[in-house]
Amino acid sequence: MKRYGKKDMVVVLGSPTSESAEVFARTLTEGDPSWVGPLAGVALGLPVYHVLEPEIKGQIDPQVYREQVSIMESVLDVEAVIQAVSSVRGSLGL
Amino acid sequence: MELPVVRDVRFFLAHTPGLVRHGYKPTLDVARDQALWSKAQAYLRPYADAVAYAPHQVLLGNRTPDSLTDLPQPWYNHPYSNSSRRGPHGELMSEEELYGLLRASDGFDFIWLEDGFAAEAQGLLERHPLVSRKDLQQIVGVPFSRIEEKLADGTGALPLTLRDGRVIGLIRRRLQDDSSLAADILLENLAAKATATAALRAVLEGSGTNPEGVQYVIGSGEEAVGDRYNRGGGNLAKAIAEAAGCVDATGCDVKSFCCAPVHAMIIAGSLIASGVYESVAVVGGGSLAKLGMKFRGHLAKEMPILEDVLVGFAILMGRDDGRSPVLRLDSIGRHTVGVGSAQQQIMEALVSKPLDQVGLHFRDMGKYATEMHNPDITETVGTGNVPLTNYRVIAALAAQRGEIASTAEARDRFVAEHGMPGFSPTQGHVASAIPYLGHALDSLRTREYQHAMFLAKGSLFLGRMTQLSDGVSFILEANPGQA
Repeated sequence: MKRYGKKDMVVVLGSPTSESAEVFARTLTEGDPSWVGPLAGVALGLPVYHVLEPEIKGQIDPQVYREQVSIMESVLDVEAVIQAVSSVRGSLGL
Repeated sequence: MELPVVRDVRFFLAHTPGLVRHGYKPTLDVARDQALWSKAQAYLRPYADAVAYAPHQVLLGNRTPDSLTDLPQPWYNHPYSNSSRRGPHGELMSEEELYGLLRASDGFDFIWLEDGFAAEAQGLLERHPLVSRKDLQQIVGVPFSRIEEKLADGTGALPLTLRDGRVIGLIRRRLQDDSSLAADILLENLAAKATATAALRAVLEGSGTNPEGVQYVIGSGEEAVGDRYNRGGGNLAKAIAEAAGCVDATGCDVKSFCCAPVHAMIIAGSLIASGVYESVAVVGGGSLAKLGMKFRGHLAKEMPILEDVLVGFAILMGRDDGRSPVLRLDSIGRHTVGVGSAQQQIMEALVSKPLDQVGLHFRDMGKYATEMHNPDITETVGTGNVPLTNYRVIAALAAQRGEIASTAEARDRFVAEHGMPGFSPTQGHVASAIPYLGHALDSLRTREYQHAMFLAKGSLFLGRMTQLSDGVSFILEANPGQA
């Protein structure tokens, strides 16, 4: 971020649960909520999406998505994951 | 070519609430907030609770993994009334006894026990079948005043305490300024050595094998043994072989984070198949750094700190004896560099491909042993149910192949039949597939099923030398010579 700036930068997560997705989303927006890692107290304010969200999925070649993501998509609680990540964006107006 | 078989396995668990304070996360957090530890102490379990904890009884072989399916979570609220510190697959020792074993494992006088406590530990271990006279002689004490002086002299010694906070000894560092031989590192390494040694002794005794009959010992733990010029130089395996009396053995360590034990078993099988060795032991010691890893989450939920046990294991492998399950070397699954990082591709490499190699189908595996992390520990802190996610992926792969129907019911049935609830302490390399080995050997011997698949994954990226993870798998098969 120091090198490229915040403009046009989006973070894409692949975390498997809504809980972990929310922790990562918060870490990259308002700072590490567990206060453990280097981003404790550092508010990067980056928009965070999950790879399962339509905004990201729609931009990936369907063949690649089928090979690399579709099985996980069929296994994970997609709605809960999307809800967790999008609500972090929403709460911060990102 | 010789047929490599898995003859036996033993787990050695030590309940160590006092050592939780020296886990990496508690060390870090308590340094920032001293008051935290007095709060945490109230959530450390007594030994009897750790023994009665159903997942531990599964690891010891006193109940089956599937028996956890009907037990309501959280499991710590449902102590098992038929529990025992010993089971067909191992033993769970108290912290007082473990401190005695740590002292007996220490050939360099790093651990000092207080006089009275040393006598107590000696007394507790006196009749233990796996403790030798030489071990008992090693458990000598020093006056408490010397311990107090040493802890106060600024040379970096760490106090050793019991669950109730009572200081019963210390571990000191090497005199020179060598961070690889600091007290916390030496404690980690001794904990790994002591627990793996006890497991190796147990598997030798339990299988009626003379220690002299073992020719090679492969260490698969994660500790970095060495000095400042050789950090992680290793070969804890040989120290463990020595302590277990395997005088005709040498050995080496195999490193690959959590999947090292499965790598080590494949290597052991290959050494036996090629005729290089007749008898090989694969060992791994308990991981002290991971004690209390999620204790903040457990405190927030006002639940017991469940990451309070060290686990060592020892697996005995050898030439075909006509009875023991066979490690099929033609069934090895590999997460190669080219596979990349997507979970889907990784699981195809570890599960689908090996099944194709040997012409078997998803439902031919009686059980899949994967990362067996106990959900009581992980779900409460938001890291999810690790084994369940893995089983759902395997079911989805089976559905993709048309081997089961693509319905939620069919997938759930597959998960229930071919998976199992996680029951392993979160001890890194210990949790990956290996915890199920005792039950698999039992079921393959009684022909409850013919095959079980073991798959393990390792987070190599944590070492920051690659972005990759790793993984390997193999199929264990009932012995063809068995009636």
